[in-house]
Amino acid sequence: MPGTKEIRAKITSVKNTQKITRAMQMVATSKMRRAQERMRAARPYAEKMRNVIGHLTEANPDYRSPYLQQRDTVRTIGIIVVSTDRGLAGALNANVFKQTLLLMREWQGKGATVKLCLIGAKGLAFFRRLDAQILASASHLGDRPHVKDLIGTVKVMLDAYRDGEIDRLFLVNAEFVNTMTQRPSVAQLLPVQAIDTEDLSDHWDYIYEPEAAQILDSLLMRYIESQVYRAAVENVASEMAARMVAMKAATDNAGKLINEMQLIYNKARQAAITKELAEIVGGAAAV
Amino acid sequence: MADPHTIHVDIVSAEGEIFSGAATMVFAPASQGEIGVAPRHAPLLSMLKPGEVRVQTEEGTEQLFFVGGGAIEVQPQQVTVLADTALRAKDIDEAAALAAKQRAEEALKERTDHITQAEALAELARAAAQLKIIAKLRKVRG
Repeated sequence: MPGTKEIRAKITSVKNTQKITRAMQMVATSKMRRAQERMRAARPYAEKMRNVIGHLTEANPDYRSPYLQQRDTVRTIGIIVVSTDRGLAGALNANVFKQTLLLMREWQGKGATVKLCLIGAKGLAFFRRLDAQILASASHLGDRPHVKDLIGTVKVMLDAYRDGEIDRLFLVNAEFVNTMTQRPSVAQLLPVQAIDTEDLSDHWDYIYEPEAAQILDSLLMRYIESQVYRAAVENVASEMAARMVAMKAATDNAGKLINEMQLIYNKARQAAITKELAEIVGGAAAV
Repeated sequence: MADPHTIHVDIVSAEGEIFSGAATMVFAPASQGEIGVAPRHAPLLSMLKPGEVRVQTEEGTEQLFFVGGGAIEVQPQQVTVLADTALRAKDIDEAAALAAKQRAEEALKERTDHITQAEALAELARAAAQLKIIAKLRKVRG
């Protein structure tokens, strides 16, 4: 039976690939669920932080933190780009990078220079080829990013902002809409945009230890760190969801391929049997 | 929260909620020394030092939580501890920032390697083209 052996080998190989993609799909599914839980867990902290900061700014109108002040001229902007460490996640990273490039072009069009901070190995590999200045980077945070791995990276950008090296700071990451949809989102981190407070009617003030300005600044710093942490966790959830969908498509495609090849194999096998039979019958008739 | 003898305590960190419930008394390592917070305490906002937060629950048991620093917000019926997950100190932060900068610089260094590699490839392509032309010329002459 010529050809059938090759087809069989090919089917086995595709089946093995399918096993891998199916395993990756299942791993991504369970990792996505855990990442979603972490996303939820990070919410109360940010909310409480917002409340306290809102109250602080309301109670201390004379102190203007540099993190809250709008600067009139924007000469340089900073962008924190969150990407994944590994590929096989569909167009997830490509979409984030495209959005970042659009943002860069928009500000470059206004005459501003761009400085980048990259989180994730894919972002580093991509933006390294452009000639934007990279101030800081962090990669290989794993599926469970920790705040302590991000502190240094964020601090570089915060320091740059305080020193006037950058006038505005943006954050770009893949927003987790649902399992099927992840879209790139752009948010302005600095200056912190007006935080609305719930109950301004009862005007009471805190006792401060140490003074209010110091507390406000360190709370704002932590608030921004928590925003970047949330973005990193959300990006992991998006990565897993995107990989899950991509791997499901790959598994389905492999299944289709196997079916087609099985059909070809069966036909080839049938043809060989018919040919053999015809030969035997022909031989018998000749005798 | 209607009960005037207890105070609602939330201990949250950036990575998750650590504790939420009613307490009769809360102790926290504020930056100016340990403070005890009873229900109907005056509004207070303070930074925290690394240490333990003790929560006395209604049943009379005491729960301990380690915090690496952070902030505490006290309202008459509500205490919120915004805990840091990592130990924070100026020099530790500084070192982390330095490491982040270094990583970026290393990446850029690799980029220069990348460029030289690209240059080498271009050089190679040019040399190959020249060789092709030489071979053609030879054919024409020969």
